Amino acid sequence: MAKIIIHQGKAENPQKLPDICPFNAIEYTENTLSINSACKMCKICVRKYPAVFEYLEEVQPQVDKSVWRGIAVYVDHVEGVIHPVTYELLGKAREMANKIHHPVYCLMMGDAISHKAEELRYYGADRIYVYDKTELKDFRIEPYTTVFEDFIKKVQPCIVLVGGTTVGRSLAPRTAARFRTGLTADCTILDVQENTDLDQIRPAFGGNIMAHIHTPNHRPQFATVRYKIFNAPQRSKIPSGEIVFEDIPASRLKSRIRVLEVRKKEKVKSIEDAEVIVVAGRGVKKEADLSMIRSLADRLGGMMASTRPLIEAGWTDPRLQIGLSGRTVKPKLIITCGVSGSVQFVAGMNNSETIIAINTDPKAPIFDVAHYAIIGDIYKIIPALLKNIPQKGIHDVL
Amino acid sequence: MNIIVCIKQVPGTSEVEIDEKTGVLKRSGVDSKMNPYDLYALETALRIREKEGGTVKVISMGPPQAEQVIREAYMMGADDGVLLTDQKFAGADVLATAYTLSQGIKKMGDFHLLICGKMTTDGDTAQVGPEVAEFLNIPHVSNVRKILSVYDEEVITVEMDMSETVEIQEVLFPCLITVEKDIYTPRLPSFKLKLRTMDKKVHRFGLKDLEDQNRYHYGLNGSPTQVLKVFPPPKKDVNEVWRGSGDELGKRLAEKLKELKFIQE
Ligand SMILES: Cc1cc2nc3c(=O)[nH]c(=O)nc-3n(C[C@H](O)[C@H](O)[C@H](O)COP(=O)(O)OP(=O)(O)OC[C@H]3O[C@@H](n4cnc5c(N)ncnc54)[C@H](O)[C@@H]3O)c2cc1C
Ligand SMILES: Nc1ncnc2c1ncn2[C@@H]1O[C@H](COP(=O)(O)O)[C@@H](O)[C@H]1O
Repeated sequence: MAKIIIHQGKAENPQKLPDICPFNAIEYTENTLSINSACKMCKICVRKYPAVFEYLEEVQPQVDKSVWRGIAVYVDHVEGVIHPVTYELLGKAREMANKIHHPVYCLMMGDAISHKAEELRYYGADRIYVYDKTELKDFRIEPYTTVFEDFIKKVQPCIVLVGGTTVGRSLAPRTAARFRTGLTADCTILDVQENTDLDQIRPAFGGNIMAHIHTPNHRPQFATVRYKIFNAPQRSKIPSGEIVFEDIPASRLKSRIRVLEVRKKEKVKSIEDAEVIVVAGRGVKKEADLSMIRSLADRLGGMMASTRPLIEAGWTDPRLQIGLSGRTVKPKLIITCGVSGSVQFVAGMNNSETIIAINTDPKAPIFDVAHYAIIGDIYKIIPALLKNIPQKGIHDVL
Repeated sequence: MNIIVCIKQVPGTSEVEIDEKTGVLKRSGVDSKMNPYDLYALETALRIREKEGGTVKVISMGPPQAEQVIREAYMMGADDGVLLTDQKFAGADVLATAYTLSQGIKKMGDFHLLICGKMTTDGDTAQVGPEVAEFLNIPHVSNVRKILSVYDEEVITVEMDMSETVEIQEVLFPCLITVEKDIYTPRLPSFKLKLRTMDKKVHRFGLKDLEDQNRYHYGLNGSPTQVLKVFPPPKKDVNEVWRGSGDELGKRLAEKLKELKFIQE
């Protein structure tokens, strides 16, 4: 157990010290500094003012790490169609498992899914545990958690990786809490130590800082990872690993939830939610040419947006406007096509993660914010680009 | 109908930056506010109360000044509020936070429905809700985007937002839901309620008020995860300028999109 103790007399400007804490955990009242429950033990204060703040560590109860072996991946799927994040996690699991000479496991649960598990044998799992029960038809939290618990008790993996999907983000915390263990959400970097401790790095404060987290005294160690963070491995030519069918009595799969209906979602997505946006600007000469922009957006599994003049011309819907008088977006990728980059437009998109701008004018202000400034004609570049993108976007696969 | 809503005080801005050399934080405007996602949770509770009657209570864990968000909840119409505050709660990760909240909730008496926000803007994990439900041994549904019906004090029917589908789930009380942003538009705090609730009590619970008083279950002691360090994100300052023929540029862009994983090979 650890804590931070304060040496009150050592602070020269105690009233200034609350400012150094990112979590507002340092207080200065009645001439006394104190640390409140917002403290995350990030130790910034200890590093910055070691004379004032001292970090005291007591001995932790030890867990026998040697009995927890293997890296397990939860197989996310919809009616047997496996979500690609699963393969990405399998790749990472294999990479880490090789380092510590552990096996890689998969856990797949659902109804009538046994034959679908076969595909996992092409991605480097050593053992694929399958729970195939009618009670597991639709996702309901209690039976799914019970199965997860059953699996962990049987297999005792040291690390459990879960995709950051809707199901994963509900199931992983619930299961982690059942084992009174830690879970780190939305990790962007994972690595493993020789003693099987998992190094977990994730963004905090909306990506403004990164945190390096570990779970030194608990097993298993849970982490969720979003789709498209890691690389999926190549599908191997020959299957490997074995499929293990597990059973669990139906009496343990009772639920206080009933699923009345599962509907395909109607597609009214707003550009704020899109991970990929392709923007049409006035470089698009006529309304019909928008189809080129739309195809590009479709192929990338994203949405089309536009600048204001196109909306004023009645070519595009007002809900697709980015900018000061439109919407603010922060997608993973934005490609602007024939957009000059006026301040009003840029205000609505300059926090996007990757900005690619295509414009014929090398002096266009959009190039000041672009990570990739492509000087050229959209009428030549986009058709050439489309030729080099496979027809089927990833979203058609799902 | 008794409803409890979990609300949290978060920094007013996420514009924190770390000085790469000194590791010190540079911040501007460090006001605190209610986690914006919790406004939707509270609004959902108030709407259900308007139809079904009953009470809406709020609970928060945080430093003493987090009382502010409970007052804000009063101004929106909450009937009662609890602040879990104790030095021993300091350093709590998701597990310890959820455990402390569940202990506090047990002290608040019987409830039908527990509502959490989708996530916080500082912790940003969206995990506290499901873990609270586990500790209370009640079912939960996350990503609820619509309340379809509430039947007596027995069952609630909700729409759960999955990425490709929508699941309609009927859940028996007591249960927990975490709600999506935009489920309802949150009301503004009312000045009339502000005046009326100015002297209203905010209950404070510390460790000694809870059923489980083992300090190893709370705060840093009860937190399996530990932050080793925080550091600034690697800067992405690619600023490449590309020139060439349309064909070359199109091809090169396709390669780049593959590399960035926006195109699957
Ligand atoms: C108060 C106020 C609020 C505003 N709010 C918004 C807002 O919210 N959103 C918004 O978008 N605008 C807004 N505007 C308008 C804004 O000022 C600009 O007029 C607008 O963004 C320009 O759009 P554009 O870049 O598409 O067109 P232009 O500025 O005309 O730029 C077109 C660009 O395309 C390039 N181009 C031409 N042909 C090609 C080709 N074949 N290949 C490649 N490139 C080519 C040109 O070099 C040029 O840079 C606002 C204005 C005001 C006054
Ligand atoms: N300290 C806290 N006090 C009260 N509620 C909290 C606290 N932390 C998290 N919550 C609730 O849990 C939800 C998810 O938080 P998080 O897991 O931090 O993203 C929030 O929207 C709140 O409803």
